Amino acid sequence: MEEILTVKKISKKYEDVDVFSDLSLSVKKGEKVVIVGPSGCGKSTFLRCLNGLETIDEGEILIDGEKLRQDTKEIYHIREKLGMVFQSYDLFPHLSILQNIVLAPVRVQKRDKKEAEAEAMELLERVGLSSKKDNYPRQLSGGQKQRVAIVRALLMHPEILLLDEITAALDPEMVREVLEVVLLLAREGRTMLIVTHEMQFAKAVADRMIFLDEGRIVEEGSPEEFFTHPRTDRLKKFLKSFAYE
Amino acid sequence: MDPEVLNAYFPLYIQAFWLTVKIGWLGIALSLVIGAIAAFTLHFRIPLFAKITAVYVELFRNTPLLVQLFFIYFALPKIGVSLSAESCGVLGLGLLGGSYMAEAFRSGLDSIPASQTQSALALGMKRSQMFRYVIFPEALTISVPAVVANMIFLLKETSVFSAISLMDLMFTAKDLIGLYYNTTEALFMLVIFYVVMLLPVSVLGSLAEKKVRYRSFGV
Amino acid sequence: MGFDVLLKGNNLLRLLQGLEVALKISLLSVVISLAGGVLLGVVVSLKNNVVNGVYRVYLEIVRIMPQLVLLFIVYFGTTKAMGINLSAEAASVIVFSFWGIAEMADLVRGALAGIPVIQYEASYALGLNRIQAYRFVIVPQILRRMVPLSINLITRMIKTTSLVMMIGIVEVLKVGQQIIEANRKTSPNGAFGVFAVVFLLYFLACWPISMLSKYLEKKWEN
Repeated sequence: MEEILTVKKISKKYEDVDVFSDLSLSVKKGEKVVIVGPSGCGKSTFLRCLNGLETIDEGEILIDGEKLRQDTKEIYHIREKLGMVFQSYDLFPHLSILQNIVLAPVRVQKRDKKEAEAEAMELLERVGLSSKKDNYPRQLSGGQKQRVAIVRALLMHPEILLLDEITAALDPEMVREVLEVVLLLAREGRTMLIVTHEMQFAKAVADRMIFLDEGRIVEEGSPEEFFTHPRTDRLKKFLKSFAYE
Repeated sequence: MDPEVLNAYFPLYIQAFWLTVKIGWLGIALSLVIGAIAAFTLHFRIPLFAKITAVYVELFRNTPLLVQLFFIYFALPKIGVSLSAESCGVLGLGLLGGSYMAEAFRSGLDSIPASQTQSALALGMKRSQMFRYVIFPEALTISVPAVVANMIFLLKETSVFSAISLMDLMFTAKDLIGLYYNTTEALFMLVIFYVVMLLPVSVLGSLAEKKVRYRSFGV
Repeated sequence: MGFDVLLKGNNLLRLLQGLEVALKISLLSVVISLAGGVLLGVVVSLKNNVVNGVYRVYLEIVRIMPQLVLLFIVYFGTTKAMGINLSAEAASVIVFSFWGIAEMADLVRGALAGIPVIQYEASYALGLNRIQAYRFVIVPQILRRMVPLSINLITRMIKTTSLVMMIGIVEVLKVGQQIIEANRKTSPNGAFGVFAVVFLLYFLACWPISMLSKYLEKKWEN
C-alpha cells in the first residue's frame, strides 16, 4: 500500500525544552494509527505540527508526496487534505450547524452550496443529527457538537483524519456516541491518526499502536502485542495506570 | 501661568475639592445601599417590589444626572419637597448610582451557579449561613470590577453639581474664568484636583480587579 | 402642577427642538467615535509598544477626567492658548468624539482579544486562509459582541450631551429654563411640569436604544 504520510526525523523545541526530537513515522493509506502516552508527552503538539498549526524546527513532513512548508500559501492547500478534530469541538458559535459544516467546502474548495449542503445532510443523517441542522452550537450537547465537528472535517474530503483527544472533554455517556462514529469511519477504510486516552477504543480501532513518552516513540506495534505483551517497562507502567486492581 | 494666581485661588479650590469629595462619597455610599436593596429585590423576584425596582432602574439608567438633578432641585419644591443643594447632590448621585450598582450586584448574584447553593446546603448550612458565608462573598467578589468602575463614573459625574449652584470644583473654575479671565490657571488647577480625586481610585480599582481575577483563576 | 405652561404657544415644540440640538451633537460624535474607535482598536491590537503606550495614557485620561472638565479645557482653553474661537458645538463634538473613540477602541480591542485562539486554529485546520478566517469566522463573531455595546455607547453619548448647556448651548434643559423664566408670573409651578417632561424626553430618547442593545446581546450570546 502506498504511503500517504511520511514524517522524517522532526524535532520541536519550546524555549530550549524538547517537545519531541528525531521523530519518524509513516502511515499507509487506509491505516488507523493510534498514539497514546502520558499527558505532556508531545502527542497533541505532534498532530498540530502535521497540519502546520505549529512549526517544526528540524526534519520534514510529506503528505501525499508533497512537502509541508510552513511559510507558503501551499499550507492552505495541504490542510485541505488533513481533516482535524479538536478536543474542544470549537464549532463556530455564530453559525448554525449546517453553516458550520459547509463553510469551508463552499468558501475554500468553491464547491456548489446546494451540493455541499446535500452531502452535509447525508453525513448528519448518518451520525443521527440531521434534525439539528438549523440549531446553533450552544444548543447541542458536547457529544453532539463533537459529532458535528467530525462531519465538518469529513465534508472537506480529507485524505487523513487527525483526531486530537476528541473525547477528553466529554461526559462518559457521550464518549460512546462519538467513538461509534469514529469506528464507523474506520470500517470505511479512512486513514486516521488518533490521539486518545480511551484504551478500549484504541484496541478496537487501531491497526497500529504507538506509545509516545518524553517526545520519543518508545514502543510501536499491533494492538494485540501492544496491550497483551508490552515490551518496555515504561509502557507496562503506563498501561497499568488504566487498570483498577 | 501666574503662580500668584495659583496661590491666591488654592484655598478656594481646596474648599471646593472637599465639598466635591464629600458629596461624591456620600452619594456613592447611598448608591451602594440602594443598589444592594434593588439587586436583592430583582434577584429574588420579590412580587411587586421587583417591578417597581425595574422601573426605577430603567428610569435612572436612561436619563442624564443633570436632568435628574434639575428635577430634584427645581421641580420637586413645587410639589412641596424642598431639599438643600447638598442633599440634592447626594440624593441625585445616590439614585443614579443605585441604578448602576443594582445591575452590578445583580449580575454578581445571578452568576453564582446553583451547585454552590446546593453544596452549601449539603454541608449542613442554614439558608442564612449559606448567604452569609458563600453566596454574598462570592457575588460581591464578582461584582468588584463593575462596582469600582461605577464609583469612578459617579465621582466624574460630580462635575455637574455646579448646575444646582453647589460651589464645587467646576463652579470655582468657571468663576475664575468668567470673573478674572485666568483661564489657564483655572483649568490647570481643575485638572490637578480631579486627578487627585480620581487617580487613586482608578489605580486601586485596577489592583482590586487583578486580585479578583487571580482569585477566580485559582479555583 | 405646572404642565399647563407646555401647552402655551409653541413651548412644547421649542423643547423638542432643544432635544434635537442635543441629539444632533451626539449623533455626529457617535459616527466619528465608531469610525475612529474601530480603526484605533485594530491598530492597538497589533501590539506596537509605542502606540500602546500612548494609547494607555489616552485611555487613562479619558477614564479619570470628567467630560465636563474636558469640555471646559477645549472650549475655554483653546481660545486662550491658540487664539482660535471654537464654537461651543464644535468643542462638544471634539470632546465627545475624543471620549467615544477611546471607549470604542477599548471595546474593539477587548472583542478581538476575546476570540479564543482555537477559533483561528479550527479555521486554518479547515483550510481557510487568513483573510477567509477573518471574514467568515472572526469578524462576524466580533460584530456580535460589538454591536450591542456600541449601541449602548449611543445612549451614553445622548445622556452626556446634556452637559453642553454648561458651555452655553441652548439645548433642551436650557430651553426649559427659558420657558420657566418667561412664564414665572402666570405659571409659578412651571418648573415641575417642564423638568418632568424633559426627564421623560431623555428617557424616551435613550430607553428604546437600551432595550435594543439588551435584546441583541441576549439574542447573540453564545
